[in-house]
Amino acid sequence: MSQLLEVSGVTVSFDGFRAINNLTFSIGPAELRAIIGPNGAGKSTFMDIVTGKTKPDSGTVTFGEKSASLLKLSEAKIARAGVGRKFQRPTVFEDQTVTENLTLALKAARSPWRVLGWRVKGPDLDRITALAQQVGLADHLPRKAGELSHGQKQWLEIAMLLAQEPRLLLVDEPAAGMTLAEREKTTELLVDIAKTRAVVVVEHDMEFVRRLNCRVTVLHEGSVLAEGSLDHVTKNQDVIDVYLGRG
Amino acid sequence: MTRSFFLRTPSLLIFLICLALFTFATTLAAHYGLMSTSFVKTLGKTLCLCLAALAMDLIWGYAGILSLGHMAFFALGGYMIGMWLMYARTEEIVITSLANSGLPATPEEIQQGIASQIFGVVGASDLPTIWAFAHSLPLQLFLVIALPGLLALIFGWLAFRSRVTGVYLSILTQAMTLALALYLFQNDSGLRGNNGLSGLQNIPGLDATSQDSISLWFFWASAAALALAYLALTWITSGKFGSVIRAIRDDEARVRFLGYSVEGYKLFVFTLTAIITAIAGALYYPQAGIINPAELAPIASIYLAVWVAIGGRGRLYGAVIGAAVVSLLSSWFTGGRAPSIPLGFMTINWVDWWQVLLGAAFVCVTLFAPKGIGGLFDRFAGFHAPDRKGAPLGPDQGSLQEKEALE
Repeated sequence: MSQLLEVSGVTVSFDGFRAINNLTFSIGPAELRAIIGPNGAGKSTFMDIVTGKTKPDSGTVTFGEKSASLLKLSEAKIARAGVGRKFQRPTVFEDQTVTENLTLALKAARSPWRVLGWRVKGPDLDRITALAQQVGLADHLPRKAGELSHGQKQWLEIAMLLAQEPRLLLVDEPAAGMTLAEREKTTELLVDIAKTRAVVVVEHDMEFVRRLNCRVTVLHEGSVLAEGSLDHVTKNQDVIDVYLGRG
Repeated sequence: MTRSFFLRTPSLLIFLICLALFTFATTLAAHYGLMSTSFVKTLGKTLCLCLAALAMDLIWGYAGILSLGHMAFFALGGYMIGMWLMYARTEEIVITSLANSGLPATPEEIQQGIASQIFGVVGASDLPTIWAFAHSLPLQLFLVIALPGLLALIFGWLAFRSRVTGVYLSILTQAMTLALALYLFQNDSGLRGNNGLSGLQNIPGLDATSQDSISLWFFWASAAALALAYLALTWITSGKFGSVIRAIRDDEARVRFLGYSVEGYKLFVFTLTAIITAIAGALYYPQAGIINPAELAPIASIYLAVWVAIGGRGRLYGAVIGAAVVSLLSSWFTGGRAPSIPLGFMTINWVDWWQVLLGAAFVCVTLFAPKGIGGLFDRFAGFHAPDRKGAPLGPDQGSLQEKEALE
C-alpha cells in the first residue's frame, strides 16, 4: 500500500542544536499512529515541519498519491492540501460562537474575494450541526467558544479539524487536561476518525496510548528509536533506558 | 436575505436613521440661516474624518493591525483631487486674462500661463510630469483611488510578506507617512512644497454658485459616502470575511493552519481601508480649502487611532462616535471659543491645554471604559462582559462566565 505522508532523511538544527536528526517516517492513508518520546525529542518540531512552520535543512517531505513535496508550500497551502493540525492547548477563537468557529473551518474557498461573497447555505448548516453533534456540542452552537469548558474546547477544535476534511490529522496531546470520561470519548473519536483518514497523535500519557491500540513510534533526540506495537516498544531496551526508565 | 441582514445588524438601521436625521437637521439649520457656512463645512469635514475612522476601525479594531500611517492615504486622496481643482481653476483665470490681450491665446500660452501661476511660488514655470493628468477630472478621480491603493498594495505586500506584525508594523507605517511628508515638503517634488495646494474651496465652473450651497453639497456628499461605507463595512464584517479577520486578530497562526492565507487577507484589508481613507480625504480637502505636507505628519495618523480607541474598537459606530466627538470638541477648544479659566497664578488657555485634556480623556477611557464610548451602549442594552482582571480560568473551571467560575 502506498503511503500518504513520507518524511525521509529530514534534519533541522536551531543554532547548532539538532532538533531533528535524519528522521524518516511514513503513514498510510487510513492509519492511526501514536508518537511518544521524552521532552525535547523533536515531537513538536516534527509537526512544525509537516505543517510548513519550520523548513528543514535537508531531507524530503512528500504527501498524497502524486507524492507532492510539502517543503515549498506555505502553511496555508499545506492546510488546503489536506493536512490538519490540532495544538496542545485548545486554540479556538474564543470571541466567536461555536457556529462561527465551525464555519471558519468548513471546507470552502479560502481566497479573500471568494470568502467575501460566501453566504451560509442549507447544506453548510446541516454539516455544522452534524459535526457539533458528533462531538457533543449540538446544544452549544450559539454560545461563544470562550464560554466552553476546557474539554469542550478540545472537542470543538477536533470538530473544526474534521470540518476542514483533511486527509492527515496531526493531533498534539488531545487528552491533556481532560477528565477520565472525556478521555474515553476522545479515544473513541480518534479511533473512529482513523478509519477514513491518517491520524498522528503525539502523547505523553502511556495509558491513553494503550487505549488507542495502534502502532507507536518512539522519538529520541530527533530520530526514530523504535517502532511497532506498544508492547513491542516497551520491551525495547533502548526505549526503557531513555524514556520509560525516567518515568 | 436583505431583511435578515438588517435584522441581524440592528445598529446599521439605527446608525443610518441617526445620520439621515442629522443631515436633515443641518440642512434645515443652514437653510434658515441658523448655522454659519463655516460651521456647515466643519460638520462636513467631521463626517469625512468619521469615514476615515471607519476604515481605521476595520483595519485595527477588526483585523488587529495598528496602522499609524493611514492619514497619508487621506492626504494623498486630497492631493489628487486638489491637483484638478487647482489646475482647472487656474485655467479659467488664465483664459480670462489672456482673452483681454486681443489675439486668441494658443494652447501653449494657456499651458505656460497655468504653470507659471501655480508654480511661480516655488520658482518654477514648467508643469511637472505628475501633473500630466491634472486637466482631466475623471483621470484625477481615478487617481484618488488608484494612487493610494497602489501605494498601500506595494507597502502592504512588502510588509506582510515578511510577516512584520504588531508594534514593528506600526513603526513602519509611521516611517512611511513621515517619509512621504518629508518628500512632499521639497519644492521639486512637484506639489508646491510646503505651500501645498490652496484655493480648493473654489470649484471650477461654479463661480456663480455661493459657498453656502457648495458647502451644503459637500456636506451631503460626505454624509452619503459615510452611509455607503457604513453599509458596505457592516456587510463585510457581519459575514464570513469579518469572522476571518477577527480570527486573524486573535490568533493568526491558527488561521494559517485552517488554510487561509493570512498575508492575503491583511493586504486586502490594508488596501481597502487605504482606498476608503483616500476617498474621505478627497471629500475633506475641498471643504478645508488647503492641503500641505503637514497633513501627512505622523501625529495625524496617531489622532486617527486615538479617535477609534476613544470611540470603541471593533464596532463601527464606535469609530464614528469617537471621531465625531473628539474632532468636534477639538475644533471647539482650539477655535478660541472655549472660555479661558483664570486660576490667579496662571490661566488655563484651552488652545494650549486642550491636548492635556485629550490625553486625560484617553487615560480615563482606557481605565474606566476599555471598550470606549461605544461600549457604553452595551451597558444600556444590559450586556456585561465578565470582569476577570485578566486571570485565565484553568482547564477544570474552564468558563468565561464569572458566575459559574465562582461557584
